[in-house]
Amino acid sequence: MSDTGHKSRTIKVDCLARVEGEGALFIQLKGDKVTDVKLKIFEPPRLFEAFLRGRHFSEAPDITARICGICPVAYQMSAVHAMERALGVVIDPAVKLLRRLFYCGEWIESHALHVFLLHAPDFLGYPDAIQMARDHRELVETGLRLKKIGNRIVSLIGGREIHPVSACVGGFYKVPSEPELRALNEDLKWAVEASIKTARVVAGFDFPDFEQDYEFVSLCHPAEYPLNEGRLVSNKGLDIDVAEYEDHFVEQHAKHSNALQSMLRGRGSYLVGPLARYNLNFARLPEIAQQVARDCRLAVPCRNPFRSIVVRSVEMVFACTEALGIIQAYTQPASPRAPVAVHSGVGFAATEAPRGTLYHRYSIDDRGLIRFAKIVPPTSQNQKRIEEDLWHFVSQVASRPTDEVTWKCEQAVRNYDPCISCATHFLRLQIERE
Amino acid sequence: MSSNNGTKPRIGVFKFASCDGCQLSLLDAEDELLGVAGAVEIAYFPEASRTMSKGPYDIGLVEGSITTHHDAERIQKVRRQCHVLVTIGACATAGGIQALRNSQDVDEFVRVVYATPQFISTLKLSTPIAEHVPVDFELRGCPINKNQLVELISATLAGRKPAVPTYSVCIECKRRGNVCLPVAEGVACLGPVTQAGCGAICPSFRRGCYGCYGPMETPNTQALTNQLRVLGQDDQQIARAFRAFNAWSWQFRKASEECERT
Repeated sequence: MSDTGHKSRTIKVDCLARVEGEGALFIQLKGDKVTDVKLKIFEPPRLFEAFLRGRHFSEAPDITARICGICPVAYQMSAVHAMERALGVVIDPAVKLLRRLFYCGEWIESHALHVFLLHAPDFLGYPDAIQMARDHRELVETGLRLKKIGNRIVSLIGGREIHPVSACVGGFYKVPSEPELRALNEDLKWAVEASIKTARVVAGFDFPDFEQDYEFVSLCHPAEYPLNEGRLVSNKGLDIDVAEYEDHFVEQHAKHSNALQSMLRGRGSYLVGPLARYNLNFARLPEIAQQVARDCRLAVPCRNPFRSIVVRSVEMVFACTEALGIIQAYTQPASPRAPVAVHSGVGFAATEAPRGTLYHRYSIDDRGLIRFAKIVPPTSQNQKRIEEDLWHFVSQVASRPTDEVTWKCEQAVRNYDPCISCATHFLRLQIERE
Repeated sequence: MSSNNGTKPRIGVFKFASCDGCQLSLLDAEDELLGVAGAVEIAYFPEASRTMSKGPYDIGLVEGSITTHHDAERIQKVRRQCHVLVTIGACATAGGIQALRNSQDVDEFVRVVYATPQFISTLKLSTPIAEHVPVDFELRGCPINKNQLVELISATLAGRKPAVPTYSVCIECKRRGNVCLPVAEGVACLGPVTQAGCGAICPSFRRGCYGCYGPMETPNTQALTNQLRVLGQDDQQIARAFRAFNAWSWQFRKASEECERT
């Protein structure tokens, strides 16, 4: 049982479960006071930014997709937008809408994976969704069907769910016909209703009383909930074009991590992802998603990271509604892609991956070969903030038995849906008590 | 837990350097997942469960390549715990996209990505699992095909050889009735030397195959190189095409090196 007092203790989780990639958590306590928190990332480095040099600009969407099997569409979208900015390519509005639909598919697939299979088991007290399915079969089946619908959108447009092949600089290799997309109509109508029900179910979970004064950062667009376009905005005064990203954000390399940690220059940690997007863009959610949030008593701003499961569900309502709207209004673009004239240039882009803002910058030479690449994934940006959450959260639960503290800390990490594979382009849990 | 659980075949899923996409394929088999989970005990699968049961395992599914000293030791332990060891995907079977370091200066690579290179420990080469331990079956693809994964698990449990073809992507193109892009439109395509399994997705989306399933059985890479030259590709472009997700497979490696020599 609890072995508190004034001795120091170490709590450790050697392999953090239900996150994408490999990491550990290390927490040191003196009595019930936290003395150290390290989110260790031992996922091996894969060195993408180095081997992208010398590759052709057209290969960037296919190669960077391989950073992450969970959110390849995000990598493809940031890569194509950065290259198009470098090369001055103008995109057909119909292709832009198709890219938005493609991204909605990934949001539905990734959010359903996290809400039902990775995060809900924490709240309901199961080690995994398969055990959870023995008592909550309908919930797990709903999750799998939602996930499948998201995957269907991605594979219909991209050819397959993981590492789709159709997206390219300028547009797509091939675009779907109107009947092909309209075939998703009935599934998406079900998905809108299922995601509304999901938000109501998860809003009834038991949430720790924990709020932080976050700096939320996300893309903001005047007319739409952000996916591919917008300025980078925060609740504490940041409002910049993506071109200014590196003037405001810096990456640091901590010894305990194979992932770089990103900070706001002169201000420190910040938070990207569903919570940030929701708080900064509530007014751009469709009315149906806003109403679900109100019915779930989800505050704006929401500062409790444990409630991110509700926010993700509200974003699923958004993504399913948006996808349905795009499909119903879809007219096949006259040409699948815009012509691209090769010249040297520098391009940057940020898009909203399911886990948060994903920044790419490339410089290319006059033959179209990449000279320089920089990629900042969402989990690198959230890594410092996750550690800071734990500093504050552990002291709230430190008097409880070690097993319970460990599970609660894992849950606090999972609030961020961290993708460790991305961040090393990132995690194990270790809490020290003596 | 029912007492039957002790008799169900036990599966372990192990990750090395990779993107997680191939193990995600198991969770992406939405229609089969609960069925598979009923037929086997998923004993070790950290991406999906907090329960991490110790070995031995009847089937070990290994994703990712070996890129660190620590992982080179870990794969030996994993092999000892698995009755049947199967590698899933291009990283585990051919070193993956991260094997692009193999022909380069890895120390320089680390300096490019990390401000404090001395914190990083990595090997000079990204190598497939079979270069370290005996492997019972290799499932190809970047990513693998989830239907092939379900077939592989069912076949292994039934004690039969999985029905996984080793012919080229061309056969799948013919079966889908695709027009041959290199012949009809002069598009560069690795389909003639690449193992089937994806269902000829790229040509069906009007682009050339980029070889993510790796070399087919006895690929004629020299003939393809010659044909790509006819289509107007220069040797640098051809070398790059072979040097991607399966760059370290010996057939594609040889083909890319030959382009550089000429």
